[in-house]
Amino acid sequence: MSFKIFDIASMGMSAQSVRLNSIASNLANAETVSGTPETAYRSLHPVFSTVGLTQDLSDDFHGKGVKVDKVIQSNKDIERRYEPGHPLADQNGFVYSANVNVMQEMADMISASRTYQHNVQMMNASKEIMLQTLNIGQ
Amino acid sequence: MDLNSSLGIHAQALEIRSKRAEILASNLANADTPGFKARDIDFKEIMTQVHGQGPEHMAVTNPKHFGHIDDMMDASLKYRVALQHNLDGNTVDTQVESGKFTENNLHYAASLRFLDMKVKNRNTVIKGE
Repeated sequence: MSFKIFDIASMGMSAQSVRLNSIASNLANAETVSGTPETAYRSLHPVFSTVGLTQDLSDDFHGKGVKVDKVIQSNKDIERRYEPGHPLADQNGFVYSANVNVMQEMADMISASRTYQHNVQMMNASKEIMLQTLNIGQ
Repeated sequence: MDLNSSLGIHAQALEIRSKRAEILASNLANADTPGFKARDIDFKEIMTQVHGQGPEHMAVTNPKHFGHIDDMMDASLKYRVALQHNLDGNTVDTQVESGKFTENNLHYAASLRFLDMKVKNRNTVIKGE
């Protein structure tokens, strides 16, 4: 069993934990309001990309890891709410709430943690089998 | 008696299995990467090629030599046909991939067991106990 599986699985785990981190930040800021549309919280979403494990990029064979390519801010419309009593309201009495879709974030969270689990299982299975290989002939 | 050939095909099977595990691990790790296409190898195809070489095949002293196990696998690396397409172009089905990964691990363990028994047999013969 090759040691590269550990690299691949750990890259997968760290990518998924970045995703979980951004989901946590989105959920925590779901109810954040702001005085202007520019400063309102915009939800964060990581974009993954495949990365080769060897220098040779044409080397398809030696497995592929994953990395966080960039973290984008959602460009969905910021919702405007009329709350003249709010301390952050602008002169027209509007506050601007974060463009976080809580349902979507929750579903995303389950997906991220499931993939994380898959990576952990993969690593465990490879570890077990590698230990067995070490004990060959004993 | 040639030591290598008497160990049977299991040593090569282990190598192919561990390479396949690597590929399946890549698929699982990239389950959420946009545009990633899941890949796999045909174990039977490679095994037939490897086995067809026989002991009289020319010695491979450099990984770049034709007939190296890696080259064969490179050639038979295929794309998985997705059951359902994702909008982002990703074709990884985590259930399928983790099923294949487990299956591959089990086959690895089986080959390992056979190899282990062969080594133990040798030990018994050498010690004469």
